[in-house]
Amino acid sequence: MRELTYKDALNEALFQVMKADERVFCIGEDIGVYGGAFGVTAGLIEEFGEERVVDTPISEAGIAGACVGSAVTGMRPVGEIQFMDFVTISMEQLVLQAAKIRFMFGGKATVPMVLRMPGGSGTGAAAQHSESLENWFVHVPGLKVVMPSSPYDAKGLLLAAIEDDNPVIFIEHKLLYKTKGHVPEEMYTVPLSDTKVVREGRDITVVATSIMVNRALEAAEQLAAEGIEVEIIDPRTLNPLDEEPIIRSVIKTGRALIVHEAVKTGGYGGELVSRIMESEAFDYLDAPIRRLAGLDIPIPYNRTLEYHTVPQIESIVSEVKRIVRGEV
Amino acid sequence: MSISNYPKEQLLTFYRQMVKVREFELRAINERRAGLIPGFIHSCVGQEATAVGACAALNQDDVITSTHRGHGHLVAKGGEPRYMMAELAARQTGYCGGKGGSLHMTDFELGILGANGIVAGGIPMAVGAALAFQMRGEQRVALSFFGDGAVNEGAFHEAANLAGLWKLPMIFFCENNLYGEGTPQDKQAPVKDLSIRAAGYAFPGVIVDGNDVTAVYEATQEAVARARAGEGPTFIEGKTYRYRGHYEGDPMVYRSPEELEAWQERDPIAAFRQRLLEHKFASESEITAVESEIQSLLDEAVEFAAQSPQPTRESALDGVYGDTHEGRVF
Ligand SMILES: Cc1ncc(C[n+]2csc(CCOP(=O)(O)OP(=O)(O)O)c2C)c(N)n1
Ligand SMILES: [Mg+2]
Repeated sequence: MRELTYKDALNEALFQVMKADERVFCIGEDIGVYGGAFGVTAGLIEEFGEERVVDTPISEAGIAGACVGSAVTGMRPVGEIQFMDFVTISMEQLVLQAAKIRFMFGGKATVPMVLRMPGGSGTGAAAQHSESLENWFVHVPGLKVVMPSSPYDAKGLLLAAIEDDNPVIFIEHKLLYKTKGHVPEEMYTVPLSDTKVVREGRDITVVATSIMVNRALEAAEQLAAEGIEVEIIDPRTLNPLDEEPIIRSVIKTGRALIVHEAVKTGGYGGELVSRIMESEAFDYLDAPIRRLAGLDIPIPYNRTLEYHTVPQIESIVSEVKRIVRGEV
Repeated sequence: MSISNYPKEQLLTFYRQMVKVREFELRAINERRAGLIPGFIHSCVGQEATAVGACAALNQDDVITSTHRGHGHLVAKGGEPRYMMAELAARQTGYCGGKGGSLHMTDFELGILGANGIVAGGIPMAVGAALAFQMRGEQRVALSFFGDGAVNEGAFHEAANLAGLWKLPMIFFCENNLYGEGTPQDKQAPVKDLSIRAAGYAFPGVIVDGNDVTAVYEATQEAVARARAGEGPTFIEGKTYRYRGHYEGDPMVYRSPEELEAWQERDPIAAFRQRLLEHKFASESEITAVESEIQSLLDEAVEFAAQSPQPTRESALDGVYGDTHEGRVF
């Protein structure tokens, strides 16, 4: 089986879709010769030229706007925001324009755009280059929010996002770019709003997003050695959420832990807890649902502090044990 | 103004400060390689004259905003290498207690409203500072440093309009080093001289040789005088060049070694050293004394950083909110 890194999987998706569909183009800061800050667009400019691999000035509002405007007029732009943090500058075009155009104009327009951006901490880049802001977008009807956790999903979800007629916020993770996994050579899509059971287990349901899926998998291996079988679920698309597999799983295990990197307060975990509590799974709960999430602080520069700011394998292991042993 | 009109002490201070900036950067680069510094660094080697010349024209109580390439601004406004080095090393004794690192390293006491990880992020804040000074009738100015890349952000344009409209005591200081990351300036803006953008906001834009510390100093002095006289902002564009990559580790595929060499021939420090000697402002031995004084300062700084404790894990939880501002007005 062919293995690719997460970064190369994304790169291959862009390469293939640009070959297949003339309407697709990439736009962002230093995505051309430089290949993007994390190398995701490397080599595209050589193949497709400056017209379809558009380097922009440092203008995040402009990038988002160019995506929105070109999307409503027949293109399928894939924008890149260098670090997710900077998307704060693009918010108006995304939240007040892109998200609302179809609805507001009575369904007469579509906005088939994708905006890619790496989020997350773990690189020692401190508070303004480490944000996990996915829930800002989850809160906006009209935007789809996607967070792939594996190279396979990265490629398939990106192709699905580009195919989708709605604005999709596509959130990558800096620490995942170098991770490897099986990726088919041909073009394929992973459907949006299709929650995946990544690992089966009977004792507890762990719903994790992005890099936390990988950490949860490692934690599950350690826990299995102690006889605790963890079921891991990756929503992949945060909104609109396919909640059914999560509810089914909690009915089976009777326990749930939500793990995400973004700060706990106002984070996606709260939404997931509510979805479970409002469902028939409520009657099956044997323990309170818990959230393991980023501390409610900006990401510190010091590597040790940074490490302890967000969930790690050890913290998942111990939290699962506490829940399963009825200590919480 | 001819260099002969400057007091000798001032010229030596320019020199000392520029050497301090450069040597700090070179030391930081080394210490990063050696493992003392865990984070990434955008060094300002080659751009010492803009930071030093501009800050020399400010008073202690004037404020600046800085950038991701901000070590030089901090040194030039009075920052102490030991606390800077400790911050880069992520230690408790660093300027930000190890929470900020290179991108956020600052000392508010010195009137530096932050280095900034966000391109153009400091410019609107400088507007606010200048507004506060104007409201309170103070004779203070706010100078915002930013790169050539920053003038393409909406934040710059809104800030420039506000400053022009309200005639704020503000200086827009653009360190035009011809590149924003890997993109040359001519692919970022349809104008060569970014200072002409000031015209749209009805204030003067001037160009200076950003590698000439006295030229930068004089241009800033003039802008400061205008600002203090209530005549509003000035845009100063210092043309300069960064010698090293955008960040340490940048493969620099986007520019030629010849271009770099051509700029290195106009090195701000070497050229100024030459002028000092030619005009007999300083003897070779006086100059080398300055240089070795800086070396010992940096030896001490590295030692201080290396010996400093790591922050405690609990310290990460401090300072998200605070009521310890003590009503301080910067
Ligand atoms: C809002 C925002 N967009 C993008 C970046 C990523 N970035 C950091 S520095 C930089 C280039 C800045 O160029 P310039 O303003 O010319 O400053 P220089 O690096 O040349 O000193 C970019 C794009 C950022 N930090 N903030
Ligand atoms: Mg620049």
